[in-house]
Amino acid sequence: MEAIVKKRIKQVIKGDQDAYGEIVEIYKNSVYQLCFRMLGNRHEAEDMAQEAFIRAFVNIKSFNQNLKFSTWLFRIATNLCIDRMRKKKPDYYLDADVAGTEGLNMYSQIPSDTPLPEKELESLELQEAVQKEILKLPEKYRSAIVLKYIEELSLNEISEILDLPLGTVKTRIHRGREALRQQLRYV
Amino acid sequence: MCPEQIIELMHEYLDEDIDQDKEQILREHLQSCNECALIFNELKKTIAFVKSTSHVQAPADFTANVLSRLPKEKKKVWMQRWVKTHPLLAAASLFFILMMGSVFSTWNQDREFSVSKQKNLVVKNNTVIVPKGETVKGNVIVRNGKLKIEGEIQGDVTVINGEKYLASAGHVTGQIEEVNEVFDWIWYHMKKTAQEVVDIFDHPKTE
Repeated sequence: MEAIVKKRIKQVIKGDQDAYGEIVEIYKNSVYQLCFRMLGNRHEAEDMAQEAFIRAFVNIKSFNQNLKFSTWLFRIATNLCIDRMRKKKPDYYLDADVAGTEGLNMYSQIPSDTPLPEKELESLELQEAVQKEILKLPEKYRSAIVLKYIEELSLNEISEILDLPLGTVKTRIHRGREALRQQLRYV
Repeated sequence: MCPEQIIELMHEYLDEDIDQDKEQILREHLQSCNECALIFNELKKTIAFVKSTSHVQAPADFTANVLSRLPKEKKKVWMQRWVKTHPLLAAASLFFILMMGSVFSTWNQDREFSVSKQKNLVVKNNTVIVPKGETVKGNVIVRNGKLKIEGEIQGDVTVINGEKYLASAGHVTGQIEEVNEVFDWIWYHMKKTAQEVVDIFDHPKTE
């Protein structure tokens, strides 16, 4: 897939926007998911994810083609989300509840293999609780945890995306994991 | 109280970044210490929970929205891509444009009166007359003028963008053709070209 992406990027550099459409298709879900987990709000997540793709397009010439495109793209998206979180007002946690219900709406649209209503509801409640706890994490732990466990990236990639030494990434993941454990141990 | 080091080992294990010796120490400790085993299980449960939330999908119109917000693409690129995706159509339309161009330019150039050169043809004010009792040999072509046939023409008659009068005494041995509209004219040109092509192939045989 990386090969296809590299080819498409060369076309994009020549100015071909349709080729960029294919790149967006490949990465839209992971970028959107990253933004949603960071911000906890569907609209903001869509806004930031779109912004990330637009910035990547505008700055595509500065992208080093020897690197992984996804790493670069995730870095743009993560930085945008962190900026957005910093600009937010302190009533942020009120938003988180709204985000939870939005998440619930979206999960209910995902078809399940075992359509047992009770079990489904239970797992929805659990996912809602988990999302809430992720959103309570300080921004520096949150980005590391989301990249590690939701995007399932390697520690090396995370350190490239966040532009931090590997050791720092590890510490942040450890602290984030510990904080989540404290909150979720009785769920 | 267990050493802080054990918690550190748990994290190393969860990062999948632990060497065998340390893993051994961790395993032995977890078997003997219920408190640490509980913490370790809670950590693993937490990770499973977080991972279980990872399937949110972007809205259906996401890509279209991104593309609509991009700065405008250069025309050149659009053309290049179009030509690439429809090579046959591109070639055909280019051919068509050139064809039409040349056809119309010849049509417009041909506005002047002209007549094929033959003996016995009389020309008066854009009117070509085949006088009574005279015989014209060969094909007669009149452009942008009238043709009055009072005598005899031994051959075909073609009138382009004009009129012809065939008097009762007049006689044409070949075919008579009148071309007045541009499409008639194109048709005529195509037939003529085809005829020429056929002639080229016919000649070597007859010679």
